[in-house]
Amino acid sequence: MTTAAVVAPSARSARPSPLRTVRDTLVIAERNLIAYVRIPEALFFSSVQPIMFVLLFRYVFGGAIKTTNPGGYVNYLMPGVFVQTVAFGAVGTAIGLAEDLQKGLIERFRSLPMARSAVLAGRTVADLCRNVAVTALITGVGYAVGFRPSHALGFLAAVLLLLLFAYALSWGFAAVGLSAPNSETAQVMSFPLLFPLTFASSAFVPVQSMPGWLQAFAKYQPVSEVIDAVRGLMVGGVPDVSGHVIISVAWAAGFFLVLAPLAVNRYRNRT
Amino acid sequence: MILQPAVTCYNWHMASVAIEARDLVKTFKGGVRALAGVSLEVERGSVFGLLGPNGAGKTTAVRILTTILRPDGGSAAVLGHDVVKQPAEVRAIIGLAGQYAAVDENLTGLENLRMIGQLCQLHRKDARRRAAGLLEQFDLSEAASRPVKTYSGGMRRRLDLAAALVDQPPVLFLDEPTTGLDPFSRSSLWQVIEQLVGGGTTVLLTTQYLEEADRLCDRLAVIDHGQVIAEGTAAELKADLGANRLDLDFASPEEAEKARQVLSERLTEPMNLRESVLEVTIEAGSRAVIEALRVLDDACMVPSGMAVREPSLDDVFLALTGHGADEQ
Repeated sequence: MTTAAVVAPSARSARPSPLRTVRDTLVIAERNLIAYVRIPEALFFSSVQPIMFVLLFRYVFGGAIKTTNPGGYVNYLMPGVFVQTVAFGAVGTAIGLAEDLQKGLIERFRSLPMARSAVLAGRTVADLCRNVAVTALITGVGYAVGFRPSHALGFLAAVLLLLLFAYALSWGFAAVGLSAPNSETAQVMSFPLLFPLTFASSAFVPVQSMPGWLQAFAKYQPVSEVIDAVRGLMVGGVPDVSGHVIISVAWAAGFFLVLAPLAVNRYRNRT
Repeated sequence: MILQPAVTCYNWHMASVAIEARDLVKTFKGGVRALAGVSLEVERGSVFGLLGPNGAGKTTAVRILTTILRPDGGSAAVLGHDVVKQPAEVRAIIGLAGQYAAVDENLTGLENLRMIGQLCQLHRKDARRRAAGLLEQFDLSEAASRPVKTYSGGMRRRLDLAAALVDQPPVLFLDEPTTGLDPFSRSSLWQVIEQLVGGGTTVLLTTQYLEEADRLCDRLAVIDHGQVIAEGTAAELKADLGANRLDLDFASPEEAEKARQVLSERLTEPMNLRESVLEVTIEAGSRAVIEALRVLDDACMVPSGMAVREPSLDDVFLALTGHGADEQ
């Protein structure tokens, strides 16, 4: 055959190795983090909402909500706020990718000899870093309004768990972002997915206070599982914490295994 | 004439063709047929222009050739690598600059090019050096450490083109590189492209501007409704077109329409009505101008103004397709 005569001048191998995927992912993650640092307003405004929720539930609604956990309602509330905040943070993944798509950046990336999953992995890793920063901020706010975790190790384990869950979730919202025609629609598409998960949950009120038909959903849906696990690890007062932790990790793993290939598929086939 | 053995011809053919497309078909959701069997051959080291109105299928063709989109039918290869079966190989040897200037607004010019370099597997230091060199070459050194959102349209296009060149690709795709640019930015971008071609890069560019195609391209294909309707050098296309256009101005669109009816009884030349201007495509050196004026004079119609013009892209489309470039 004649192919030998027309081999590309490039000596690089065509199939991306795992190492190259990691490298490309870090390059993309760095790019996204630069944007976060360069537009601090975005980070600021995405933190305003959780802070308002803390203040609203701590000082306005909190008095009317009866909980039995140690440390009072503020200790009940904060684990819910943590989980809700990182879950809503996943909307940022959808918006960011929809914007990249809109601006033609995804086209450029798709024409480059880079690992195909790196654009999405880089985005989700950057959003993971953002979640770390936001979690630290919310911890400070919580501390200021009287939140006291029972011990540091449990708190750290809980943070790891909620970051893991948020990371898995952000792959799902990557798929949403890649399915949306623009960033505004990506946002509009994301909220109906997140509202029932974060509000019909044990985040702000005990599930037992809800009507029976809703309890069935609210008690067993993944976000409630994570909230219960996080609450148990941070402040105690939750029966069978290890069970909730195991189920939460299973949900995170399941989400990741289903949603990551889905998102990569959307990325490849988006026209 | 001595006939060469077939296999030798084949070898020569493969080695000299940089981009080859055969019967590319692409239909989008909703039944929009973007490509209806496009075949192209671009010789190595040449500049090939894909000329056509918006929606003709130019961008779709480029997206298939750059592996971004899969064709529904047909095949294409870049330097012998099949775009569907060997997309990774193709990506390693092409550069793409698009009409939407795909650079990250939040990053600086330097960061953009460094990122692309790293994604093309250069080490960070080398990527940085390459980025600095390209910024210098594209006259962007002063803006290197400013976020791209502060750049002008022309600067963005230059950066976008630089981004396509980071990996020094032997084959470059430019999708409407100068659309929407002011004349000064356009001609400075043309100079850059000419330099590249001088260095041996094969370029496929899409454009709506005949002037651009005229200046840059060795060969052209005119594409409309997803099909190649004419191919050749710019000079050939112009000659085929019949060279000139007679513009007749009338006092009102109604009068121009009346003039068209009168003229069409006696002339076979294609005519296009644009408000109160009647455009008649005429062969160079033909008697059509004199004939047209005589017919009008016989009908006691006097145009308020007239001019004989060089052909424009619109005339190419009018002659080839029977509709103007801005109509669908």
